[in-house]
Formats: sequence, structure tokens, C-alpha cells
Amino acid sequence: MVLLQLSEPGESPDPHQKRLGVGIDLGTTNSLVATIRHSIPECLPDADGRALLPSVVRYFRDGEPVVGADALMAQVLDPRNTIASVKRLMGRGLADTDAGMRARYDLVDCGGGMVRLKTAAGLRTPVEVSAEILQALRARAEDTLGGDIEGAVITVPAYFDDAQRQATKDAAKLAGLNVLRLLNEPTAAAIAYGLDEAAEGIYAVFDLGGGTFDFSVLQLSRGVFEVKATSGDSALGGDDFDESLWLWLQEQVKGVDLDCSSSRALLAEARRVKEALTTEDSVIATVPIAADGVREVKVTASQFQTLTQSLVDRSLLPVKKALRDAGYSPADIQAVVLVGGATRMPHVRSAVERYFGRPPFTDIDPDKVVAIGAAIQANVLVGNRRADEDWLLLDVIPLSLGLETMGGLTEKVISRNSTIPISKAQDFTTFKDGQTAMAIHVVQGERELVQDCRSLARFELRGIPPMPAGGARIRVSFQVDADGLLSVSAQEQTTGIESHITVKPSYGLSDDEIATMLRAGFEHANTDMKLRALREHSVEAERLIEATRQALGEDAHLLDADERTRIEAAISVLTGLLSGTDADAVKSAVDALSAVTGEFAARRMDQAIRKALTGNRVDNLSV
Amino acid sequence: MPEYYSLFGLPERFAQDLELLDAAYRKVQAQVHPDRFANRPEAERRVAMQWATHANEAHSTLRNPISRAHYLLERQGVRIDAERNTAMSPAFLMQQIEWREAVEEAEADKDALSRLHKDLGRDERVMVDDLRRALDEDKDLVLAAELVRRLMFMEKLRREIDDALAKMDD
Repeated sequence: MVLLQLSEPGESPDPHQKRLGVGIDLGTTNSLVATIRHSIPECLPDADGRALLPSVVRYFRDGEPVVGADALMAQVLDPRNTIASVKRLMGRGLADTDAGMRARYDLVDCGGGMVRLKTAAGLRTPVEVSAEILQALRARAEDTLGGDIEGAVITVPAYFDDAQRQATKDAAKLAGLNVLRLLNEPTAAAIAYGLDEAAEGIYAVFDLGGGTFDFSVLQLSRGVFEVKATSGDSALGGDDFDESLWLWLQEQVKGVDLDCSSSRALLAEARRVKEALTTEDSVIATVPIAADGVREVKVTASQFQTLTQSLVDRSLLPVKKALRDAGYSPADIQAVVLVGGATRMPHVRSAVERYFGRPPFTDIDPDKVVAIGAAIQANVLVGNRRADEDWLLLDVIPLSLGLETMGGLTEKVISRNSTIPISKAQDFTTFKDGQTAMAIHVVQGERELVQDCRSLARFELRGIPPMPAGGARIRVSFQVDADGLLSVSAQEQTTGIESHITVKPSYGLSDDEIATMLRAGFEHANTDMKLRALREHSVEAERLIEATRQALGEDAHLLDADERTRIEAAISVLTGLLSGTDADAVKSAVDALSAVTGEFAARRMDQAIRKALTGNRVDNLSV
Repeated sequence: MPEYYSLFGLPERFAQDLELLDAAYRKVQAQVHPDRFANRPEAERRVAMQWATHANEAHSTLRNPISRAHYLLERQGVRIDAERNTAMSPAFLMQQIEWREAVEEAEADKDALSRLHKDLGRDERVMVDDLRRALDEDKDLVLAAELVRRLMFMEKLRREIDDALAKMDD
């Protein structure tokens, strides 16, 4: 929260004043938290030395949920209340979930476009389940680093749509994290590799995780990571290999009915066999049979390969698509980086090697590389950029954004692989005389028919002045921010009367819902949340006051007398509250001061950017 | 926000060194990108996003020859109006029909489609050079506008062939 020091944006004003930023890889199977300590990025282990936190949450009728290895162990015992692979449900309605998840859990459609899980503790959204995982990682980081986390970079599959991104950001907020950025997983991996090797050229990242597949093509040149194209399959991952083997094993013991818990045990066994086949030629699988114990089934590596080759082939389709979009052939790619635990499977590796005609890079642990890249980014974003650390990331939007037009067709407004942030506007008109309202339906995807795309939001623009058909001019504007998140607004332009609405897509949680959940969480938690909140808000308040005073000292000429009075008043209200103990009052006074200084900060920023850009060269900017 | 050419400090003309453009774009993004302001108040982050959005729009407009010409013409008060103004020379109309027919005939023939794609690309390059002359040397804005409309048609056709080829790959 610094309003000053505009000469070198993002650079730490005081190198000794280190701020805590973490990178979090919120994975389908495992999650990790990493940070930079003594200039070296590292994944933080738990008390037992394990860096990977299984992304599993077990709920109880009473008491706090359990996250991680203990929950993982309980999944056979208590399969319905032990939620694994929740990432597959993020931002999804019941209709978009896969059969495996529907079979394993009690999924309920509660409206609002988002599925909920029925657990012993009551209904839980995938956002809440993910928040438990993030909360566990946050606690781990704070215990290890001995301080509050200033901000976090959370990674998401590059191919996540807007709904999935929004859900992830909501989960982080719910876990009390300040989200600095949502970072695409393959891009994070590229940062980890690129900065390590000071690479230049065209690179590809092949990222097969537990539940998602991403493929990105990047150009690295002079410290700029520029994503050229990305594609993927948000429902393809290591889980699917487990599932294929699980189905096959079930066939091998035909006639035996598996109950829920032995079915879950068999799924865990399938995963074990898959992992063992990475190094072994054959593995004996132990299939639980309810009545008479177990049956042993031999699985060879080549059987497993044949069984799952179609999944490997499926991963090559997005590869071709991204290369085509970027305008490259496989030979143009300087190196391919493998990311994600599922790329340990030998037939995945050999498929990649065959396609690109060269062995892929695997120097950094494929389970950790994403978290490490995120930590490097987080460290820079919290303001610990070293003077010589001058790199920039330019990412893209993975899927086209559009609007529904007549006849259920999609009109693309922003095409896939456009560099973000980006904004585009499109004009529409009324088709009936005297029409005063217009329905706007925002979709994401590449298909021509609206029904084949992902529906993001519906809203209605009202108050259009009655005009003959075709008379009104309605401008619909899309803005995608640096997190890849969309906001849409619409206004009628011809009459000068403006109707304006900004929507947040309907599947996400409203800010009020998040606030309610946070409060509920605080009431349950036995830690001194209130004190902690007061401390956090006070630190923020002091920073903001100091920054504002300094800004007033430097650039008071940007304000008129009225504005200045309002700012001074807000400062004195906040200063008065700092000696008290009311965290909520401090928070609202901080918000109030932020609000009255918002325009001032924007003017200073504008002035500084113009100055910085003009400083770059001889000629002046025309305004 | 400054207009696109002055944002990047480039001369306002059609002919551009794309490497210079890319380098200037990266330099601007390095100053304004929201990542440089991630730990700053909301108001500053919003301004950074607006600048970065503007820089992306400027870069993508200037990088593509058709949108670059479009932008140049609009700055000189010439509207392209591709949807309403479809008047083109009879020779070009004939050429359009021939291309369309060729694409229909090639339908599922990958080699024939690839050949057409290549031919179109070559014709486009010739036309882009005509466009450069019309804009930078002859200052013939009427001709330039017509060339832009033709190129828009050709680009659209080439995209359709791209899509057809992509579908065959899958």
C-alpha cells in the first residue's frame, strides 16, 4: 500500500525490508506452497518433512475438517465425507461434472450454477473445500516463516475458463489470502526454468497434472516471458489414467460387486500400480473383494500403455492446436519442459519426445516446478524485486469470449490467445420498435453455437429509450484483467442516456457470501482471529496514512481544496481509531481513506507513467 | 491515452520494422504492466491495467498490416466501412468468386487446400506492398481503402481454410 516511490515501480524501496510472498500450486492431487528464502526458491515442507500436501479434505459432523495425508488415509474408511480431486468441480454446475466425481460424492445442484457436496458437516461448495486446502498451506507457511503472509500467487491451469478462475480466486479470499495474481501453471513452470537457465527462444510447456492438461508455447527474450498460445483439456489428467486402470481391474474380477469403500480402495490401488509401473515392467494389483478378502491381478507396463494410449493421444490434439495458433511447427521449439506428476509415465514422455523429435527437459521436479515459479513471481509482486531482477510476464486468455446473438449463435468479442489485460467493445442494436430492454448472454469457448460454449453470465440492460427497431446503439464492453478474469458492462449510447451495468459472472460467490463464510469460519476457529485482524488492519492503516502524507507532500497540486479537505478528514478519523481495539472500525476507516484517495492515486499514477514513458525516448507523447 | 504510434515512439506510416515495434511494446509494458503495481492500492492497479490494455491494443493493431492500414486511414478521416461499402472492382469480384469455388472444390483435399492457402498468402503479400505504396508514397487513400477491404476479404477466406485444415488434423 505505497502511494509513493514511483520512479522504479515494483522495486523494493528498502532491500532489508523483506515482505513475505508465497506461491501456491493448488493441484488436483497434491498442493504445495513455496517461497524465496535467502534468494533461493523452495517448497515448504510440513512438520514431517513432506512438501506435497494431498488435496484431500475430510469433513466431520462436529469439529474441524482434516486436510492432507490424514484425510487421504481415511478415504477408504469414510469415502463420502473425504473429498479428493475437488479441483475437477471448481466453477462447475452439476451438468458439467464428470461421471467419476458424480459416482463418488453426493453432488447437489443448488442453483447459482455451482455444484455443492453433501458431507457430514453439511453442504459444501468446491470453493469452500479448496479454501480448506489453501488455509492449511497458509498456516504451514506462516508457521515456517514466522510472520503474516503479505500476498500469494495462486496457480491455475492455463486452460481454466473464467468460472474456474473466479472460483479459485474466491477460495483464496475465503482462506484469508491476499491474491496478488492468478498465474497459469505452465507459465509458472516457464518462469522457474527460464530464470534458472537465462534462456532465449521459443519454449513449450507440456503440463499433465492430476486432473488437467495444459500446453503453452512461450517466447523468451531479454527477460520478457511472452505466452504465444495456450491450449489444453481441463478434464484430462493423471486421474483419468487411474480411472482407466480402475475400470479394467473391475472387469478382471467380474461378478463381484464393490461397495463404495472397496471401490475407493481399488481406485487408490490403481494409482499405486500406475506409479509403480513407471519403473517396473509388471506389478501385482490387489483387488479388494467384500466377502472373501482380496484377489491378485497382474498388470504389465505394456497392458497399461495399451489401456491408456488413447489418453496420451488425446493430449496431442491441444499440442497441435497451440502450435498452429502460435504459427510454429514442432521443429521451431527449442525445448519442451515437462510439468506435472503424470508426465513421469514413460509412454507420456516418449510420446512428447517423438512429437518434438528431442528429449524433453525434466531438470526441476515436475511436482514442484509450478509452485517454485509461482513463488518467484510472488516475491516480485510483493515488492521484493531486486534492482537487477528485471523480467516481465505477458500472458494470454485461453478461450475466446463472446456474446449470444440471434439464433443461438456466438459472436466472438475477444479471441483466444489475445494478450491480457485486454478490453474490447461491440455494438448491438434493438430489433423491435420501442424495445426498452435487451438480454445479454456472455459465453466462453470456440464453438459457433451458444449451447456448445460455457455460459458465463446473463444480464439484462434496461431503460433503453423507446426507438424504432435498429435505432438504439448498445455498446457491450469486455474487460479481461491480468488474472484472466472478465467483467462486462453495457450502455446505450445514441441518446446520451447511459444505462450501465457491471456483472460478476453468476457462478462465483458474491462478496457478501464470502464475507459471511469468513465470519462463520472465524467464529469456529479458536485462534485469536480478532486480535490478528486488528493487527493486520492497523499495519495497513499506518502504511496508508504515511503513504498519503508523503503523496500530499509531493503532488498536492493534483488536488483541489475540497478534495484535500476530504483526505485530511479521513486521515484524522483513521488516526483517531488506531489507539482503540475495534478492528471493524479501523477496517472501514481504511476503506474510507482508500476511497477518498483513489482518484488522487490514479492521477499520480497517470502522471508518473507518462513521465516514465517520455523518459524512454526523445520525442514527446501526444495526449 | 496517447495514440498508438506516439505510445511506441514510432513514425506514423505504414512501413514498420516489426522487431522495433515488438521491442518498443515490451519497453512500454515493462513500465505500465499491472504486475509492476501488484502491491499498490486498487486505484493505481486500475490505472496500470488501463495502460497495459491500451498498450496491448496498440501493439496488436500495429502488428497486423490490415489493422495497421485501417488505423492509419481512420486517423486521416477515411472510414473503411467494410460492411456497407462492398463496392470493389469487377476484376476483384471475379477473383473472389474463383477463390470461393476453388475452396469448395478442394473441400476435403488437404493438399489442394494447403496449396490455396499458400497462393492466397502470396497474393496478400503483393497486395500489402501495393498498400504500402498507396499509403506511404502515393498518398492515394481511396485506393488504400479499397486494398484494405480486399485484404480483409482474403484474410477471412484464409482463416476459413485454416479452420478447415485444423478440423482435418483433429
